[in-house]
Amino acid sequence: MSILSRKSQQVLADPLVANNPIAVQILGICSALAVTVKMQTSIVMALSVIFVLTLSNTIISLLRKWIPGRVRIIVQLTVIASLVIIADQILRAYLYDISKQLSVFVGLIITNCILMGRAEAFAMQNPPGQSFLDGLGNGLGYGLILVTVSVFRELLGSGTLMGFHIIPQSMYAAGYENIGLLVLSPGAFIILGLIIWVQRSITKTEEA
Amino acid sequence: MRSNAYTLTFTSAVTIVLGLLVSLAATSLKDRQALNEEIDMKRNILRSLHIPEDHSRKMSEQEILDAFDQMITEVHINREGEEDPNGDLILYEKKSGDRIEGYAFPISGKGLWSTIYGYMALEPDGKTVKGITFYKHGETPGLGGEIEKDWFTSNFIGKQIVDAEGHLTSIQVIKGKVDPNRKEAIHQVDGISGATMTGKGVTAFLARDLETYNPFFENIRKGMHP
Repeated sequence: MSILSRKSQQVLADPLVANNPIAVQILGICSALAVTVKMQTSIVMALSVIFVLTLSNTIISLLRKWIPGRVRIIVQLTVIASLVIIADQILRAYLYDISKQLSVFVGLIITNCILMGRAEAFAMQNPPGQSFLDGLGNGLGYGLILVTVSVFRELLGSGTLMGFHIIPQSMYAAGYENIGLLVLSPGAFIILGLIIWVQRSITKTEEA
Repeated sequence: MRSNAYTLTFTSAVTIVLGLLVSLAATSLKDRQALNEEIDMKRNILRSLHIPEDHSRKMSEQEILDAFDQMITEVHINREGEEDPNGDLILYEKKSGDRIEGYAFPISGKGLWSTIYGYMALEPDGKTVKGITFYKHGETPGLGGEIEKDWFTSNFIGKQIVDAEGHLTSIQVIKGKVDPNRKEAIHQVDGISGATMTGKGVTAFLARDLETYNPFFENIRKGMHP
């Protein structure tokens, strides 16, 4: 016996790999490039997106029968924008240093296509419980890619992980150098491209 | 299709409820956020003045507030370099008893992508750099963003802002390494590779801000202040 029904498990697990919002649907790329220089900022960004996405999906699903069709996009956007502002305010109050590093990118969660996409494609048609799981699954799928990209970028670009030095000083003495390209956006594009390539060779996904 | 009246009522209700939630979050967290900003500002003023001595140690919030209260006096000065409660320039004096141990003042200006904010501190002689910090900027992490790191800021310590004749000569961030044998070396610091434009920006706004505060430090150098 499992806690979740088969359908629910699928809703939660599908966006992690098989239908990952970044790697498969290629949504939310902007922030995946911007905040993945360091692992710490990636984790906080992923948690913020999970917070906003689960709540926005749940709220929109609860309202789905009352939202007038003509203004549904605006209503979805209002819900998402309010949640993003709340998340940003909480970060500024309790994680000030990280919120300074994330700067505008928390605010830009509003324009992250994953949120609007899940609201429109899932929450408008499904009950709140399922929508919550869908939000959680997509948020985790997003976070998984973010953290993976940031591990490569921080380790190879700055020689650190979570701010701690990993590459020993003796290697620098022996002539090893950090790859400067990886701290810039093109570095994130390359890493992301490689991740998508590896994933698609394993899952045999092909563009229709 | 729902009626226009329904649509209006629904959207108004959603707006009001969400608006209330957002303002509730903003007002209830405001004090905490203001405290964070104050602590961040004080942390950087203290850092520019070498408190704590060991830069790698992170002071707790309470330590910062206490240290600031005990050691730092905020004074306003005017453009002529005199102390003046209505002056528009702020200066932070580090005191130990009655003895002044350093002066810090805010610096800011354009880097490559963003406005950079920081504090510069001078020794009581009014011409030797005691320290510098950069705390708010949007420069590229790993390149221009390195300005906030110790390896860059520690290069400023001990540099001179006046030449042998006593004329104001600002600190320059040069491209590459400083040649210590050259006469200008006392006014120059090592640049950051890959961040030439950020360095140029820093050089430019340091020159401008030092010019602004120079009347005050000129008086100090002439011995007109205690």
